[in-house]
Amino acid sequence: MPSPVIHLHDLHKTYEVSEREAGVRAALKSLIHRQTEKVRAVDGISFDLAPGEIVGFLGPNGAGKTTTLKMLSGLLHPTAGELAVLGYVPWKRERAFLRQITLVMGQRNQLVWDIPALDSFELNRVIYRLSPADYRQTLDELTTLLELEPLLRKPVRNLSLGERMKCEVAAALLHRPQVVFLDEPTIGLDVTMQRRLRGFIAEYNRRFGATVLLTSHYMADVEALCRRVIVIHRGRILFDGDLSALVQRFTAHKTIVVQLGDCSDDLRGYGEVVSCEDGRATLRVPKAETARVTERLLADLPVIDLTVEDPPIEEVIERVFEQEPSSGEEADG
Amino acid sequence: MRALLELYVQQFKTSFATMLQYRASLVIWLIGQVLEPVIYLIVWSTVARASGDQVGGFTSADFAAYFLVLMIVNHVTYTWIMYEFEYRVREGGLSPVLLRPVHPIHNDVADNLTSKMVSLPGMLLTAIGLGLIFRPDFRVVPWAIVAFIPSLALAFVVRFLVEWSLALAAFWTTRVGALNQMYFVLMLFLSGQMAPLSLMPAWIQVTASALPFRWMVAFPIELLLGRLTPAEALIGFGAQAIWIAVGLGLVRIVWRAGVRTYSAVGA
Repeated sequence: MPSPVIHLHDLHKTYEVSEREAGVRAALKSLIHRQTEKVRAVDGISFDLAPGEIVGFLGPNGAGKTTTLKMLSGLLHPTAGELAVLGYVPWKRERAFLRQITLVMGQRNQLVWDIPALDSFELNRVIYRLSPADYRQTLDELTTLLELEPLLRKPVRNLSLGERMKCEVAAALLHRPQVVFLDEPTIGLDVTMQRRLRGFIAEYNRRFGATVLLTSHYMADVEALCRRVIVIHRGRILFDGDLSALVQRFTAHKTIVVQLGDCSDDLRGYGEVVSCEDGRATLRVPKAETARVTERLLADLPVIDLTVEDPPIEEVIERVFEQEPSSGEEADG
Repeated sequence: MRALLELYVQQFKTSFATMLQYRASLVIWLIGQVLEPVIYLIVWSTVARASGDQVGGFTSADFAAYFLVLMIVNHVTYTWIMYEFEYRVREGGLSPVLLRPVHPIHNDVADNLTSKMVSLPGMLLTAIGLGLIFRPDFRVVPWAIVAFIPSLALAFVVRFLVEWSLALAAFWTTRVGALNQMYFVLMLFLSGQMAPLSLMPAWIQVTASALPFRWMVAFPIELLLGRLTPAEALIGFGAQAIWIAVGLGLVRIVWRAGVRTYSAVGA
């Protein structure tokens, strides 16, 4: 195994948050004595990423995903633990390190609002000290892959959200970073645009061998891009491994869809009937009984068509979050 | 060095393009920069005329000269970085800046210089126009006029460094408005913006000279108006050099500490 590009060991981040009750009295009290509470945003996580991996970083809001990405990119100082990206200590933000990474956050922009994206790109060219030839080549590639041509000369504020996001991504990748952190890159985009951006990320990873860590609420992003996923909840890792293993591990059921003539048959004997419309019945059966139930269905009923499916990935993830982090469901890989 | 120069050129272009998008607000902002010294000019000329056209060695024509030069000096040395930083920290605009492999002060310097270059011709024309109305009296001292240009440039550097360091208070508190307000009041009294420092009580003059304020605004004006001896001019340049050294040190220390706080609390 090649040495990891990203290495985290027992990483912690604790925020001190001041809190008070609502109301004037509480406000006055807080002037004298400020109550603070420690929030463990990241509570001892460890993982390694190999060069060229695309890994999905999943978790509900407030799980610690963004905090982790900020520590990895050097915006946040960890409270405790080991952390190395490309052999650098991120929070020192050495220039050689910054030139090799990028962080794309859905809402934050590095494009200057009032001028065309191309002008911001030019600024990035000098900030990252790119040679004109390299810059030209990367820009051409990005323009083709993301279909930026009609957008480059319009002021950024006149672009739609999706168009702006494409330009943001291009600006973030002009210096061809070896390590790419993407925080919700497809948020707010329509399905077509999401698909295009996804295709682009895969292509960038393939072409430049970049290591990508991405968070997303859209499971389609994860399914399309990531073989490996890391699931984080309340600052701890619940699962780290192949996406398929995640599904295997956290689903006790399979879904059988049978096409019958009509819905007149009583199917309750075969499994939990989720729905039946126009003769199309959806059953939920325990994983271990799938084969037996299928056999029985085919033998007993006039089946026109039958498919066995894993439950949707969203459902699986939801199931993962329902587990308590302390219940022994610790990291897998 | 070449890379830095290229960065400045590109930043000039970017700032210039951005400014052109905001022509109206630029004009309004310039009107404010003109009005303030004109108001003081009118007040002081009236006072001078009421007291036999002489207040502490200033005639009404001297006041006209003083405040018209002040207008230009203040325009050249002014920064808006304190508002800018508060906004950046509050809106999270600092995070992308921190991830760039270049110190953010360069962006601000370039941005400032561009804006000055664009608006200075308009400001000079305004000053000339106002000169026709208020009839200033200029004593022409050739060496002082030559020395004025570097003193103005250094005054800009001192003021920029001081205000950039103060702006970094935004790292520790999201309410820097109060601090800014206090600074502006001090500025008004101690930099010679409200009245020539020589009209102020001795203790204010001493304070203004001991702190950076005098060297940020009043010094270039006094120099151009021929009110300083060569020895006083040299002391002024010395004071500017000292404050630039202090300012550079301050920027370095406060920036490091600020970023450390920022990255501990949450970016």
